[in-house]
Amino acid sequence: MSAETPFALLANATSLPWADIPEWPAAELVRTTAKELDRGARLCAWFGVPEGGAVRLVALLAYDADNTLAVGRSTPCTGGYPALTVTHTQAHMFEREVWEQHGLTPEGHPWLKPVRRTDGLAPANGEFFRVEGPEVHEVAVGPVHAGIIEPGHFRFQCAGEEVLHLEIALGYQHRGVETALAGGPHRATMSQMETVSGDTTIAHATAHATVLEALAGGEAPLRAQWLRAIALELERLANHTGDLGALANDVAFLPTSAACGKIRGDFLNLTAMLCGNRFGRGLVRPGGCRQELDEARARTLLERLIVALADTEQAATWLWDAASVRGRFENVGTVFPAQATEIGLVGLAARACGLVRDVRYDHPAGWHRFAQVPVVVWPGGDVFARARVRSLEIQRSGDFLREQLAGPVEGELHADPGAPAPETLAVALVEGWRGEVCHVALTDAAGRFRRYKIVDPSFHNWTGLALALRGTAISDFPICNKSFNLSYCGFDL
Amino acid sequence: MFVLDTLIHRLKRGCETMPYPQGPAPALPDRHGGALRVDAARCADGCQACIPVCPTQAIARKPGGPVALDLGRCLFCAECIEACPTQAITQTGDHRMAVRRREDLLLGAPGQEELRLAVALDGKLRKLFGRSLRLRQVSAGGCNACEADTNVLGTIGWDLGRFGIQFVASPRHADGLLITGPVTKGMELALRKTWEAVPAPKLVIAVGACAISGGPFVDHAEANNGAEGIVPVDLFIPGCPPHPLTILDGLLRLLDRLENSDKAV
Repeated sequence: MSAETPFALLANATSLPWADIPEWPAAELVRTTAKELDRGARLCAWFGVPEGGAVRLVALLAYDADNTLAVGRSTPCTGGYPALTVTHTQAHMFEREVWEQHGLTPEGHPWLKPVRRTDGLAPANGEFFRVEGPEVHEVAVGPVHAGIIEPGHFRFQCAGEEVLHLEIALGYQHRGVETALAGGPHRATMSQMETVSGDTTIAHATAHATVLEALAGGEAPLRAQWLRAIALELERLANHTGDLGALANDVAFLPTSAACGKIRGDFLNLTAMLCGNRFGRGLVRPGGCRQELDEARARTLLERLIVALADTEQAATWLWDAASVRGRFENVGTVFPAQATEIGLVGLAARACGLVRDVRYDHPAGWHRFAQVPVVVWPGGDVFARARVRSLEIQRSGDFLREQLAGPVEGELHADPGAPAPETLAVALVEGWRGEVCHVALTDAAGRFRRYKIVDPSFHNWTGLALALRGTAISDFPICNKSFNLSYCGFDL
Repeated sequence: MFVLDTLIHRLKRGCETMPYPQGPAPALPDRHGGALRVDAARCADGCQACIPVCPTQAIARKPGGPVALDLGRCLFCAECIEACPTQAITQTGDHRMAVRRREDLLLGAPGQEELRLAVALDGKLRKLFGRSLRLRQVSAGGCNACEADTNVLGTIGWDLGRFGIQFVASPRHADGLLITGPVTKGMELALRKTWEAVPAPKLVIAVGACAISGGPFVDHAEANNGAEGIVPVDLFIPGCPPHPLTILDGLLRLLDRLENSDKAV
């Protein structure tokens, strides 16, 4: 199927010359992209590249079944173009972003409003969608929330307890990450990549390092790729375990909540064993990794991992054994598979709708070309499914780590990645614990970043949370929100 | 039968809360390294090796002057330690890093090789907050790491509640704010409003490099360089993120709750 695509094909973690990417007038790019999406492709990224006074649109597609990516672009364009969103909902946030960043109007876009732009001392939220009627009331939550979490604003339209519509307004966390990357990489770039979304440090750092390595036409030494894969699964274990605990807490099931809160810390401490930082900061660098995992350390890591995994298994068993928990999780916050496909859901939220979507499997790069993790899929699309996928992924990641730590890869941990090629586009996808982390870099004539696009999985998935709330009682918002546990700063950039 | 299982589990495990601060503090990860120390006298003449490797430009050296390191900007990546040819910058292994004044995080001048640990609240404030402190947390551009390692203090291992410290759901119920993130422009209004909603007298605690100085986002147009320019800050806890032990130490130090443990020297 993908062989017939008019787009330029490329594999994950590779690059191609900017000039080799086919170009069409914007309207034609929209039509061509729509055709490919109809044939089963998925929109990974849709962004603008300024050129002179105009903007080129770039479409990055994934053909998951064919394990390949494809890229196309428009000729420089000004003013507007016919919106892709009209026929393909998965483009709706991307087109709002292009409009916000470059002033290019997607004509016919049904809900064109700011994504994250700041207006004065708060985000430019624009008008919220309103349901009218004498029985309808509106509930506004945030930006500052009741717990220790990031800020965002939720606007519910309710009839009694039932949520008719939820609109999520973000942008409070906007730190100017993409803007700062222009002309880079700079001194602070690696640290900024590690904090794009702080609980996803390894995935974003790996994506960034991989993009730089691909721009130079190479890859990191295998031992570094192996170590990155280990750190990535440790990150998944910590977050999934924390989420299971948080979900248990939200339905007042305290044994699992208490246990998982502690075990999550145990997993973070395993990452700290690798590099000193509980979130893995300072471990991944372009060209490899910074800290060695020697044999004695790997052995201790494995021993402590086995204990933590056994503790997690026990805490998860209590959760799944309790009818009261199942009763609260089942048929709450359902996203249907057709909706998931339509809005381009990624990661564990997509897999909980029965979709087989996992970068480690669909677009293996780095160490995942040599060592596979089975994809966990669960039908249902509800809170139960999202919790269940986490629980099963904890087991799969645990098995993967046991296997990998038993068979370390020999060799160097770091090699000079070389200079990025000029006027080249590189793509790296990494399956972070929430889902697909996508970094795209385009270099200028000097090999510096001309444009750098980051797509955190949350960018795709916030819409999933909004849909999950439709027809749900507003009192179920906390468990629905936890079941996605999306990143605010990863979205706001 | 999870009921029986959980009961047996509890009996077997016993109390999982750490003995600290009555007992010894838990060890930092061995590669963490703790706070930094700067012995500027060891710097070779004209040496600038540490300056370009620092991601946040936390290190500066005026011609002929001593090297100056701002621990408020520091991400503790240890690149400067690796780059230093004369061991002028070293790790102390000490988890205690909270200070009361921003300038107490500046290292390098003679007699200021290490940070100057926070002193406790005095008089009325200590009487008010010493045994009961309610905080509202505001993430203002935080990446969720400082938030996560603050949150972890509520788990059974740390059990922040035993010190009378609690995070509350409304600024009206709070005695102060715990701020993370560089304070993005998008959160500036919300932070100001939250601060105003906390009844006086109130405390502000800035956690992490971002909240102290902007951290990796220092001088970005979309954010401020930390909380200090927006609201008055009473306690600075450096790190990226600070280890939970460092945050706990800061809170207890401020409330003078470390009587049996390691006080400021």
